[in-house]
Amino acid sequence: MKGRSVARPDNMSGDKGAGGPRGSRQAPLLVAPGDDLGDSGGLEAGHGVLAINGRLRALKQGRMSNRDGTVSIEPRRTAYVPRPSDLVIGYIEGCTSNIWFIDIGAPFNAILPMSLGPSKAEFGGIRKVLDIGDAILCRVQEVEENHSSVVTMKGMGLRAIRAGSVEDIDPHLLGRLIGRGGNNLRQLKEDTECRVVAGDNGRVWLDGDLSGIVEARDRLNALLTEAKVEEYRGDA
Amino acid sequence: MGGYGDVQCIDENGIRLDGRTKDEVRPVHIETGVVPVADGSARMTWGLNDVIAAVYGPMEAHPRKIQRQDRAVLDVRYNMAPFSTTDRIRPGFNRRSREISKVTAEALESVVLTELYPRSKIRVEIEIICAEAGTRCAGITAASVALAHAGIPMSDMVVSVASGKVHDIVVCDLNKEEDNYGEADLPMGILPNSGELVFLQMDGDLSPDQFQEAWDYNMKATQVIHAEMVRALKGGDE
Repeated sequence: MKGRSVARPDNMSGDKGAGGPRGSRQAPLLVAPGDDLGDSGGLEAGHGVLAINGRLRALKQGRMSNRDGTVSIEPRRTAYVPRPSDLVIGYIEGCTSNIWFIDIGAPFNAILPMSLGPSKAEFGGIRKVLDIGDAILCRVQEVEENHSSVVTMKGMGLRAIRAGSVEDIDPHLLGRLIGRGGNNLRQLKEDTECRVVAGDNGRVWLDGDLSGIVEARDRLNALLTEAKVEEYRGDA
Repeated sequence: MGGYGDVQCIDENGIRLDGRTKDEVRPVHIETGVVPVADGSARMTWGLNDVIAAVYGPMEAHPRKIQRQDRAVLDVRYNMAPFSTTDRIRPGFNRRSREISKVTAEALESVVLTELYPRSKIRVEIEIICAEAGTRCAGITAASVALAHAGIPMSDMVVSVASGKVHDIVVCDLNKEEDNYGEADLPMGILPNSGELVFLQMDGDLSPDQFQEAWDYNMKATQVIHAEMVRALKGGDE
């Protein structure tokens, strides 16, 4: 994140007459909900920011950034909200005769119809294919307005997870795990000789030798700790 | 400058029983992340009040009849621990806790962007560990920090504080004796960045001038408490 243009509100003291966020090389600023981020003139409100009466206001706790004229907040914590085409790792939570209910870490369980399952399943016998508690790698196919979502296992690489370990990280830290152009993730795979699949819902599948999985898990924990320390320090 | 029966809450120099002047707030400290299994949590000590608030969700609202198709609902539960006061409190919901849960939910609903999570529920648990006075205010304030800590989008945080009247003198942030022996109290929920009011209750009688004075004290105290809320969120004790 070094060298990026970062917005810095200059009216946190409540001086409404001050100007808007401007590009600077200073560390990203920590904000709390309700903080005034300055004049919105020419700037777009991105994630976690609301434009009200020509002013930008923070909606979440986190770090503020200004990238290409869009002021957004990278929240410290956030709930995963599914979007179509997201690759996610889910757990089977329940089923009927022809539908599985999948916990994808979102407010609502997703459904996996029998027709989108991993293999031919018989009506009433879908637990022989995927049973409650099984982990699956799937893709969000559809999200309705009321937040119901449908996932599919039809697609390249989508499968039931039968080996390895699934770890949880905060969804907003995925970018840090993957790195620019996937550099960090590639490095992690090379160093640990593990298969590493990062789901958009913050679940990471690690598969390989036990020693490799343990090392990869340690690195994930280190990443989480580092992110937390940096956030509290207020730098990138 | 008199007292009420044998209890004199303010001396002739305007100094209160705990040594504060009439416009001073009790010491406030907030820390976040005190409940690791919750999505967001905060602990607030305010004078002798000790409050823990934990937030879970957004999650699917159950039972289904409480779901709203266009927004999330806030399920707030305010509870005083049996050991939180000198008299043991009977465990479980009672009329008072039901009322406070309701007004807290309504105060918080005015800032949480519930429309982003239709059919969902955000569960807010407020537990009073030690009660002095103004536990509803401490509960609302702690819940507000816990919601922010959970990453729930909010247009502002709610700061709640109560001023009141003791021996015909308006004082800020009542302590236990002032709450028990005072003549009126005015708890308010205020949005610190806009100065908007989202919650107001009044017990007892205040003249228009006294009401204005209590209002001003609350507005001033809001800034002190808000500064501590922001410090807890930005500087964190996680």
